[in-house]
Amino acid sequence: MSNPIALIGRTATYLLLVLAAFISVFPFFWMMIGATNTSADIIKGRALPGGALWANMVNFFTSVDMPRILFNSFFIAGFGTAMTLLVSSLAGYGFEMFRSRFREKIFGSLLLMLSIPFAALMVPLFIMMANLKMINTYQAIILPTVASIFIVFYFRQATKAFPHELRDAARIDGLKEWQIFLYVYMPVMRSTYAAATIIVFMANWNNYLWPLIVLQTNEMKTLTLVVAGLTSAYTPDFGVVMVGAIFATLPTLIIFFLLQRRFVEGMLGAVK
Amino acid sequence: MGVGVAQSGLARKEQVSGWLFVMPALVLLGVFMIYPILWSLWMSFQVGRGMAFSFGGFANIMRLTQDPVFLRALTNTLTFLAIQVPIMLVLALLFASALNDSKLWGRSWFRTAIFLPCVTSLVAYSVVFRSMFAQDGIMNQMLMGLSIIDAPIPWLADPFWAKVVIISAITWRWTGYNMIFYLAAMQNIDRSIYEAAKIDGVPAWARFWYITIPMLKPVILFTTVISTIGTLQLFDEVNLITQGGPSDSTLTLSLYIYNLSFRFMPSFGYAATVSYVIVVLVGILTFIQFLAARDRRA
Repeated sequence: MSNPIALIGRTATYLLLVLAAFISVFPFFWMMIGATNTSADIIKGRALPGGALWANMVNFFTSVDMPRILFNSFFIAGFGTAMTLLVSSLAGYGFEMFRSRFREKIFGSLLLMLSIPFAALMVPLFIMMANLKMINTYQAIILPTVASIFIVFYFRQATKAFPHELRDAARIDGLKEWQIFLYVYMPVMRSTYAAATIIVFMANWNNYLWPLIVLQTNEMKTLTLVVAGLTSAYTPDFGVVMVGAIFATLPTLIIFFLLQRRFVEGMLGAVK
Repeated sequence: MGVGVAQSGLARKEQVSGWLFVMPALVLLGVFMIYPILWSLWMSFQVGRGMAFSFGGFANIMRLTQDPVFLRALTNTLTFLAIQVPIMLVLALLFASALNDSKLWGRSWFRTAIFLPCVTSLVAYSVVFRSMFAQDGIMNQMLMGLSIIDAPIPWLADPFWAKVVIISAITWRWTGYNMIFYLAAMQNIDRSIYEAAKIDGVPAWARFWYITIPMLKPVILFTTVISTIGTLQLFDEVNLITQGGPSDSTLTLSLYIYNLSFRFMPSFGYAATVSYVIVVLVGILTFIQFLAARDRRA
């Protein structure tokens, strides 16, 4: 360890990591400082706390119907997440526990479909929703996201660790297949459900492009859309924007710090 | 005989149960994925404005080759891909191997800090970046304070620097995400391989190059593929930070599709054709990446 080359290497490693950590965290600091400054000060790069926090908050809450917007965001993200977990875990369980050659072929083609870009779906999906008179509704946002190939794949991988003896025992006890899923499988796999909840909730909460296309009136918009809308003015009020950005980041940030271990496990689920 | 009947009855029940479990997902995927992607293919051969379609054969494909805006969006998207994905993945590998040292002081703090950006919403971080890169903003002040530049850089007003801002933004958001995959894979490598190499006097860089990298090949392939797919669909950041400007210098294919369908007088057929360019690009690039990964193994 007293070797000078090792010492230089070690110093370089720390410098690199400190710099990376600083760059990673700085925008968070900037967002919080920004919420206390006037728009003019933010644009001029003022990096000290200012006295405009109250004014920014007042402006934000007068221009945004926050209770309604929060309801939209939480309803779409929450209900959508519950539906996605149910439908996708049913499929993941089905593909793994009931094998058939034909279903294996279908599963293989699902993995190919994983690379279909959303950009190629948005135009026909929009016309479909318009024909179904579902533009500007919650269902239009939620329905296309419910069957997630990624989450089906994730549950199938996790189900490989589910002990088959449990199912056999439950069958001998006379439980029907759906009862086994509901009363045996779901409780046993609760940590898988927790990790999947984090992934899906975050994706739904942060979804921007599809809600931007489908949600057209102010009282239907999600927080993500509202924050984006605040910046679309030619000269946006960045102080107000920062307040909105903090509110938009807070839920996922809280989930991250509460469930950090699960969170990282959840993101890694696919490469196990 | 009786046993055989009972078994085939059981097998049929298994079949029925299997289908019932996967059916809801398959029906939804059929309606919201397979049907739209096929419809999109049909639409790409249609011309007309709004909902008035008529068969145009290869007219849309001809239009692609003569559309300067499309060619610019294609070039921009491929530029982002070619520059941003390698930078990000190399940085992620570098950070992961630095953090893989269990004797490193403050290891979990560094890991959390570098991972933190991928918890933010794309919209929130995009608006924060837009304010940081303002003409008199904090980035210019810091760089001038450190004497790295003499005059403020017109970040969002200059075609070149606007691209730099977008690339920096995406790299900031996704490097930690990829790092976590590498870190997990590195922790699965048997430590005794490194010990043996160390005893044989193999230097650190060679251990990284000849042990770590080959062992990580599947994960590197996975991250390359998902980053490629993600960057080819780039929309949120460019729409929120630069709106594709200045003068289309950060316009991406996804943003162009959005503009064609929802911002201008809708031209759905042509938009579908542009969207198939992304489908084809994703297909070709994923195929090449798989081939490259297989070649190196042989």
